[in-house]
Amino acid sequence: MASYIARRSLILVLSLFVAAIVLFALLRLLPGDPANALLGVGATPEQIAAARAQIGSDQPLTVQFARFVTSLARFDFGTSFVSKAPVLGEIANRMSVTAPLTLAGFFVAVIIAVPLGIVAAARADRWYGAAISVFSQFGIAIPVFWLGILLVALFAIRWRIFPSGGFPLKGWERPGEAAVALALPVLTVALVIAASLVRYVRASTLDVLSSDYLRTARALGARFPEALVRHGIRNGAVPVVSVLGIELATTLLGAVVVERVFALPGLGSMLLLAIQQRDYPNVQGVLFVSTLIVLLIGFAADILQRFIDPRLRTTGADR
Amino acid sequence: MRTTKAFLRQGLLASAMLLSASGFGAMAADFDPSATIRIGSLYEPQNLDNTAGAGQGINEAFNGNVYEALFQLTDAGTVEPRLVESFTTSDDGLTYTFKLKGGVKFHSGDPLTSADVKESIERVTAEASKSSRKKSLASIARIETPDDQTVVITLSSRSISLPYNLSYVWIVNDAAGDITGKEDGTGPYKLSEWRRGSALALDKFDGYWGTPPTNAEVVFSYFTDATALNNALLTNAVDVITSVQSPDSLAQFKDNPAFKVTDGASTTKEILAYNDRVAPFDNVKVRKALARAVDKAKLLNSIWGDYGTLIGSFVPPTDPWYEDLTKVDPYDVESAKALLAEAGFKDGFSFTLDTPDYDPHPIVAQFLQAEFAKVGVKMNINIITANEWYTKVYKQHDFQATLQEHVNHRDIVFYGNPDFYWGYNNPEVVKLIADSETVGSADEQTAKLKEANRLIAEDAASNWLYLYPQIVVSAADVSGYPVNGLNSQFYAYDIKKTP
Repeated sequence: MASYIARRSLILVLSLFVAAIVLFALLRLLPGDPANALLGVGATPEQIAAARAQIGSDQPLTVQFARFVTSLARFDFGTSFVSKAPVLGEIANRMSVTAPLTLAGFFVAVIIAVPLGIVAAARADRWYGAAISVFSQFGIAIPVFWLGILLVALFAIRWRIFPSGGFPLKGWERPGEAAVALALPVLTVALVIAASLVRYVRASTLDVLSSDYLRTARALGARFPEALVRHGIRNGAVPVVSVLGIELATTLLGAVVVERVFALPGLGSMLLLAIQQRDYPNVQGVLFVSTLIVLLIGFAADILQRFIDPRLRTTGADR
Repeated sequence: MRTTKAFLRQGLLASAMLLSASGFGAMAADFDPSATIRIGSLYEPQNLDNTAGAGQGINEAFNGNVYEALFQLTDAGTVEPRLVESFTTSDDGLTYTFKLKGGVKFHSGDPLTSADVKESIERVTAEASKSSRKKSLASIARIETPDDQTVVITLSSRSISLPYNLSYVWIVNDAAGDITGKEDGTGPYKLSEWRRGSALALDKFDGYWGTPPTNAEVVFSYFTDATALNNALLTNAVDVITSVQSPDSLAQFKDNPAFKVTDGASTTKEILAYNDRVAPFDNVKVRKALARAVDKAKLLNSIWGDYGTLIGSFVPPTDPWYEDLTKVDPYDVESAKALLAEAGFKDGFSFTLDTPDYDPHPIVAQFLQAEFAKVGVKMNINIITANEWYTKVYKQHDFQATLQEHVNHRDIVFYGNPDFYWGYNNPEVVKLIADSETVGSADEQTAKLKEANRLIAEDAASNWLYLYPQIVVSAADVSGYPVNGLNSQFYAYDIKKTP
C-alpha cells in the first residue's frame, strides 16, 4: 500500500506539471497581448512596452515558463489586472461559497442515491424499483439550470421558503443566513448528482446480487438483507467510489451554472468574469487551483478504492 | 467677471423648512430614517477606482453617494455646484477660480482642501488613468492652489463645458493613496462592506456637510442574470432594480400593486451608422432614403413594447440642445424609393451591415433587412463580436455600415470629428461644434449645438433608430430614486422607505 501511495503521488506531481504546461500554452495561445488587457483602449506604445516589462511578457518563453512554474509552486498568482486584488485571497473568498456548495450537494446526493440505488436493484421487479430507475433517467436528462429555475419558482417565488438567490454580505459570519442562502443551490446540485449516481449504485448492486459469494452466503443461511450489507456493500462500493470522484470533480466545475442561476459569488462566476475580461492572473489562478483540486480528488478516490478492496492492492492495478 | 453662487441647495433647504413649518411636517414621519435600501443591479464594479477600469457600476454606486465632485450632474440633466461655494471666470474665459465649500470633511476625518481638488483632477488626467473622461479635461493647462479654499484652473483654450466635465471628477482625499479597494470621499455615505461578486454596502456618514440621507444604509446587490435579479425583487430580497434591460420581465411588475415601474429618459441611442466616406453612403440622398425606409415606431415597439422614444437625431431629451427631429425624415417608403432613384439607384444596391453579436443588434438587423428589401436595397448581415467591432469598425474604419448603441450623455461632439469611425465630415458642423466649446455662455453653446444637430439630421449623417428607455422597478413602499440615471448614476440619498 505504501509503495502504491508513493507511486500514485509521483503521478499526481507529474500530472500537475503537465497541467501547468497546458495552462501556460493555452494562455499564450489566446489572441491578444495581456498587456492590452492591463491597459485598456487608447494606450500608447510606450505604455504597452512598460506594461510588458511589468508582467514579464517581453521575456523569452522559456524564462516566462520558468517564472510561471515557480510562482505556481509557491501559490503566488499575482494580482488581478481588473480588480487589482490579490488572486489567491479572492480564490479563498470565492471558495467559501463554492466548497460548501459542492461538498454539501455531494453528501446530500450520496444520502439520497445510495439507498435508492440499492432498493432499485434489490427490488427491480417491483413497481417502485422500476419507478426509481425511471426517475433517475429523467433526472439525468434535466439540465442543471432548468432544475435551478424550477426550484426557485416553487420554493422561493411561490412558497417563499428559501431566498431566490444571493449570498449574505457578511458571509459565514452569519452562519444561519449563509446556510439558508445555500439551501436551494445545494438541493439543485444534489438532485442532479443523485440522478446519475442512482444508476451506478443500482448497476453495481445488480452485479453484487448475481455474484457467487452472495449466493454462497445465502446458502450458508444468511438472510438476504444481512448478506447484502455484510458482503455486498463493500464489493459494490469499489466502482461507485471511482464514479464519486469523477462526479465530485464535475460538480466543482459545473458550479458555474448553479452559481449564475442563484447569483452566488463563487469560483465559477469568478472564472467566467475573468475570461470575459481577459483578466489573465485570475483565469490562471482559478484554473490551476481547480485542476489541483480535481487531481487531488482523483488521488483520494484511487487510494480509497484500494483501502476498501485489498484485491486491488495485491494485483497492483493502476487505475 | 461673472459670479455664480451655489444658492440652489440652500434654496431647497429653505423651502423644505418652509414646507415643514407650514403643516407638511407630517410628511417627515412617512419614511423610516433607519431603513436599509437594497438596490439590485447588473453592473458590479470591478474595483473601487473610476480611473482604473472599474466599469459603469462604480459610477452607479459611488457618484454622489460616496464621492462628490465640484459640480454635480442632476438626474434632470442640469449641472449644479456641489463642493464649490462660488466660482468666477476671467473675461477671456481661460481662468476659473473656485471657492470651495467650508466645513466639508472626508470620511477619514480630514478636511477638504484645495490640494485634494488639484490631486483629484490630476488623478483623472494622469497618464496611467483609464478614465473615459480624460480627453475632455485636456484643455487644463495649470491648476493652482493659492490658499486652502481656493482652486484656480487655467485653460489652454476656452471650455464652456468645464463645470460639466468636472462633475465626473471625484474629489478624493490626497492622503488616500490607492483607492481600488477602499475609499475616502466626502459624500453622504461611506463604504462599510464589500464582497466581490456579490454586494457592496454603504453606511450613512454622520459627519456629512450637507442634507443627511433619508435612509441609514444602502446595499447594492449584484447579479449577472436578469432573471435572478427580477426574482430578488419579486421575493423582496431587493427594493429597487436600477435599470431593466428587457421589457419581457415587466409584465409581472406592471400589473402588480406591490411594485412601481418608472419610465425615464436614458441617453443610450441605437443607431445604424454608415461609413459616410464610402459609396453609396457618401451620398446624402441615399442616407435620407434609408432613413425614410425604416418604420422606427414599429421597430421600437417590437423591441421595447410601449417603452423608449423616437428622437430623429443623436441628441436625447436630457441634453440641453435637444430638439424633436423625427419629422426631418419621417417613415415614407414611396419618397425613399424616389430618393434612391434620384441618387441613381433605381434598382437598389446591396451592402453589408456589421452587426455586434449581442442584444438587441441581431434582431434590429433582421428588422432593417426586411425594411430595406421593400425599397429594393439588399442588406447582408455580418455578425461580429464586440472585440472585432472595436478593431475593424472603430479603429480601421473597414466597414460599410454597422449597428451600435451609444450610451454617453452630451456626445453629439462625435459628429464634429471627421476622423470618427463613421467619417461624417460637414465643415459647417465641425466648426459649430468646435465653436460651441469656446463661447462665452451656456445659451450660446446650446444655440450652436442645436444648429449643428439640425444640420446633422438634415444630412441624415447616421440612421438614428431609437432612444432606449431607462426603466426602474421598485417595491411600492420605496420612493425618491433617480428615474433617468444619467451617466449610470444612481443617487441614493433621497430614497425613502415607508415603515
